[in-house]
Order: sequence, then C-alpha cells, then structure tokens
Amino acid sequence: MRREPEVSILARRKGANGLPAPAQQTAEAFPLYRVIQDDGSAPPDQIGLADADLVALYRWMVLNRTLDERMVAMQRQGRINFYIGSIGEEATVFGTARAMKPSDWILPCYREHGAALLRGLPLATYICDLLGNAGDVMLGHQMPCHEAWRPALYTSISSPIGTQITHAVGAAWAARIKGDDMVPLVYFGEGATSSNDFHAGLNFAGVNKVPVVFACRNNGWAISVPRERQTASETIAQKAIAYGIRGERVDGNDLLAVHGATVRARARAAEGDGPTLLECVTYRMEGHSTSDDPRSYRPAELVEPWRKKDPLLRMKALLARRGLLGEAEEAKLLADVREVIQLAVKEAEAHPAKPPLETLFEGVYAEPLWQQREQLQELQRALAGDPRVADPRSARR
Amino acid sequence: MPTLNIIQAVNDALRTEMRRDQNVVVLGEDVGKFGGVFRATQGLFAEFGADRVIDTPLAETGIIGTAVGMALYGLRPVPEIQFADFIFPAMDQIVNELSKYRYRSGGQWTCPLVIRSPYGGGIRGGHYHSQSPEAHFIHTAGLKVVVPATPADAKGLLVSAIRDPDPVLFFEPKRVYRAAKGDVPEGEYAIPLGKAKLTRAGHQISILAWGAMWYEADQAAREAEQEGIDCEVLDLRSLQPLDIDAVVASVTKTGRAVVVHEAPRTCGFGAELAALIQERCFLSLEAPVARVTGFDTPFPYTLENEYLPRAPRILQAVRETVRY
Repeated sequence: MRREPEVSILARRKGANGLPAPAQQTAEAFPLYRVIQDDGSAPPDQIGLADADLVALYRWMVLNRTLDERMVAMQRQGRINFYIGSIGEEATVFGTARAMKPSDWILPCYREHGAALLRGLPLATYICDLLGNAGDVMLGHQMPCHEAWRPALYTSISSPIGTQITHAVGAAWAARIKGDDMVPLVYFGEGATSSNDFHAGLNFAGVNKVPVVFACRNNGWAISVPRERQTASETIAQKAIAYGIRGERVDGNDLLAVHGATVRARARAAEGDGPTLLECVTYRMEGHSTSDDPRSYRPAELVEPWRKKDPLLRMKALLARRGLLGEAEEAKLLADVREVIQLAVKEAEAHPAKPPLETLFEGVYAEPLWQQREQLQELQRALAGDPRVADPRSARR
Repeated sequence: MPTLNIIQAVNDALRTEMRRDQNVVVLGEDVGKFGGVFRATQGLFAEFGADRVIDTPLAETGIIGTAVGMALYGLRPVPEIQFADFIFPAMDQIVNELSKYRYRSGGQWTCPLVIRSPYGGGIRGGHYHSQSPEAHFIHTAGLKVVVPATPADAKGLLVSAIRDPDPVLFFEPKRVYRAAKGDVPEGEYAIPLGKAKLTRAGHQISILAWGAMWYEADQAAREAEQEGIDCEVLDLRSLQPLDIDAVVASVTKTGRAVVVHEAPRTCGFGAELAALIQERCFLSLEAPVARVTGFDTPFPYTLENEYLPRAPRILQAVRETVRY
C-alpha cells in the first residue's frame, strides 16, 4: 500500500522506508532562537528592552538565585519544610513574565515564584507562605512553594501536573467572551507534556483559537526522569503541529530570546491568531526539590556543559558589553539583594508559627457548613482537654 | 403554571439563568446545536449563540478544567458531563482543583460552577450509563452535591446551584427525566440548597431517599399504608449541604429509619446517614437503621431490576424494621 507523504516540513529527509525519519528533521523545523551571544553581543533590533529594564531584570534574576540558595539553606536548617527552586531557569521565568501585560493572568506551575515577585508579591509575604505561619495568605493551607497572589493575577498552585493548562484555556476563553484584552501565560515543565491536561488544553485551545501563551520550561528533568524518557519527540515545540497551533523553540537561558518570543506569542494571541506552544530549552541545575539528591540519578558530567550557559552569566556579559554594569555596581547589587532577603526573612519569621485554629475550617465553602462548625468545636474541646492534640510529639504522659 | 418533565425543567432553569446573567455559559459534548443527548440544552444555542453554548472536544478533564478557568475569570459555567459514568476522567480536576481552589488559595480565588450530569440506572444502560457516583463527591470537602427528584425541584435547585458561591455537582435522575411530570413555576424560581422536603408525614418509620429512588420510597410508603404501616418520607434533595435537622427531627419522631440509594452499599451515603442517625438519635431508635441500596457489584445489565432498590425491596425493609 502506498502512503501519502507526510507534512512537507517533516519530509525533507527520508528514512530507509522512504518516510520521513521524525527524529531528524524537527530541530531543523524548530530552530533554537537565540539573541545574546557568549561574548554578550546581541543584534540591536532584537533586544526589545530599554537599558534600565535590562539592569532591573538582571537584578531580579540575581535576587531569585540568591533567594533560592537562601531558602534551600533554611530548609537544611529545619526552618522551612520543603523548597523548590528555579536555579538555572531564571531567564525563562523572567523573560516570559516580563513580556506579558500587567492585566494578563499568570497560571504558575511551581517553579515560577519569580514571576509573582516581579509583579509585586512582597518577599516577606512569600516567605510567610513557605513557613505556613500566621502571615501566610494561604492560611497555612498549602505546603511551601504553592503560593497564590491575586493582586498580581497569579493563580493558585496544585501539585498534580499540568492541571493549570486547561484552567488557562478557560480563563482565556472567558476573557474573549467578555471582550477583555487578556492573554494568560501558563507555565509547565516538559514532564507535563505527558499529562491529560496538556493534551486536552492544547486541543481545546487549538480548536477554538483561544488566546493563550503555553510556556513550557523544558529543563530536561522530571524529578529523575530525563526528557528523552518523557517523550519520543525530538522537541516539545513540534507537538504544536498535532494541535494545529504554532510552536516555537527558544534558548531558555537567554532572557532576550525568551522575552522576544513571548512578546510575539502574546501579540499573535491578542490579534486572534490563536495560542503558541513556546518551548524554553533550559536546564534544572539542582534537584527537583529539597527532597531529592540529583547525584543519585544524574551523572555530574551532564550538568557541567550547562554551567557555561548560565542565564545570569549571559545577562552579565550583555550588560558589561553595553557598559550598564561594572564590577563595583555588581558587588553593590549583590550586597543589596542579600540585605533585602535578610530583612524579609526576619520580617516573615516574626509572625506566630501557626495561624489561628479556626482557619483550619475557613474557605472550604464560602460559608462553613454545619460539619465544619461542629468539627471546629470538637477540636477546640479536644485541645482544651489535652494540649498534646496540637503537638503529639511533646512529652507523653 | 406549566406542566413540565425534568428535562424541560432543567432547560427552563438554564434559560432563565442565562437570560438573567450573561456570565452563565453552558459547555460540554453535543450541548450546542444538537441540544445535548437528552435535549437538556435544546434551543439554548439558537438563543444565546456559540459563545455561551459551547460544543467542546470529547475530553471530560478538558471540559471541567476549562470550566474551572472560566469560573476563576468570573463566568458562571454550567458544564455538562453527558453521563455521570463519564465523569471519572475529570476526577483530578474536580477533586484536586475545583473543590480545593478556595481553600488552597486562602480565599483569594474561587471557581463557582455547576456540573450537571444525568445519573442512575433503570434504562438498560449497563455499567457505563447507570452509575450513581454521588458519594465520591460528598466525600470531597469543598463540593456541594444536589440530586432533585421532581421537575419543580430540578428547576428551583438548579437555579440556586448556579447562583451558589461554591462548586455544585448536580445529578439528574435520568430514569425519570421524561416520566416525571409536574407543575413548575415560570420565571425566576429558586429553592435553597440544604433543605430536605418532607413529602409524606408519618409516625412509625422514616424513609430517606433522593433522586429517582424517591419515587420508589413513595411507592413503598403507599403500599405499607395498605398494610397499616404509617411511613414518613423525606426527599433529601441536597446531600451536601445535608439537612441534618430534618433527618434528626424525623427519626427522633418515628424511631426507625430506612435509607435508600442506588449506589453500592459499602461507603455509600447511606452509611454516613446511618452513622449520623445513631450519633444523634440513639435514645429514640427502636431498631437498627436499614439500608436498601444497590449491591457491591458493578452496575449490571440484564439483572438491573434486581439490583436497583425498587419499592418491593424497600417495603420488605420497612416491614422488618417496624417488626424488629
């Protein structure tokens, strides 16, 4: 039986059976977009940001890196229970977030706290969320790194993978129905491209040309599973073909490439040209979280080449070449960032360790049902009867 | 007051709310031009257009996930799951997203919406067109679960569900979709959630039921009357919030209770009702609480009459409980 040729862009190279060998041509069809070169040079027409913005974004990247290192240290000290950082992925987070309009929603995965901070989530508030203390806006309901911050239009994080993708499609669809100029930015990792909601979300968005920017942080690893064990696709971007939407592949460690591609994806969505699947190729330099040691599943030599591609080094080279940041200014910036974090930690830790007891039952429903009301009283009685109810590890009788 | 069946009453409720509030949208499989496989959304596409009556691709997780996003943004979506049996691909969205969104964001974000779905057996539908999954959702804090039995209640409760600030699972008794007819008030008509309906007053025994099983409970009560047994029948209507006061008042009065549901017995909502009754009515009880339910099997095809707790089985439980 003779088969018709596949899509033309895939048909440039043929495998032995005359059909395209899919693993060979997709890098060609989805070239990696890059702006900042190793020497810090960049084509002027592709910079897309004012000098002051470049410096400000570099500061955010440094702050995010320093914060992640500090929070991991606090986890090791037992001051917070758990942490998920974004070391190595700062250009992807800040490049995408900075490209959106302030009225655009951000639907995070769990490694994009930088986007919320960029939009005004106070650092001390974020640290309270990590502590789950009385200053936590989530009332201690969620574990660390599951922050939500409505003033920044930054939605709530859940641990199941990919579920926010369909939410972004719904929010975008709703905005279009209401006639609002709102394009959501939804984050997920390459692991999420295996999830039900990735498929459903991209399919729903493709069929209805829903205006969304699907930002995949392809950091190479889903806990211990490498990208090549996650999908047989050579790129993530090529998955867009199947949904009839646009896919693009950018160097996720290049802030300007990520920013430029996101600006264009947002513009296309707003103009009614539908969603874009943006693959940001980056690397998870540390473990998945503080709960795993990557040395047990990832050879160190895989990580080494990425150290030279550090997004902060790229930005630093760009700023140096443009005369925007000297050694003295860099040192001051670092000292300043450390002080800001130190003060925020101090402010956050000043709150009582636990929110009030009744918050356990708040927000299940708009108004508590009789079950929540009764169970609060039951718990209050139990606590009055034996304070160990709140701390079962305290001395036994 | 027009006489409508349940399908017509649901359609009336949707139309009424869509006219009242332009944020109300309907989405699901075949709900658009076709008007839904049971015709619950018939005519809505013509009146409100493709933006508000949305035919979706065939993926329940996509339907509910999209509806959650719409609700977060301020719409009041009413997604339809074509059969309750097909709701399970969306369980993650319902249990981990929809139900927890308010709680997990500390009240910053909410996603009020109503998932409508036909449930229940007796239509020769086999495993996948017959199940009664209400207990799964009652067991998930953050969700409300409503099951109307009559056309008037279907309208009034659906209107309230759409206006409710919390997510609601609205299970429609498809076996009596067209068979049940009754007067339904025109225009805006709302029945508060969480109020049971005492449909028959009696002093010897309380029968608690909802949805299609209310008809069986009512029939059993009529037959019991012929035998001189005076039954009280309570249509719970809303399982979460549950009208615990009505349950306690009835069983305290009669001292006996029979709980009826189609779902399998083990961990069915009847188990929760039995526990609540023994906790709160212990000194009034004259007999153990009886459960007349579906069996702990998948829903069968050929022997579905034997499986379903129809009136004759309820009547036997009533007799045994009264004689205990």
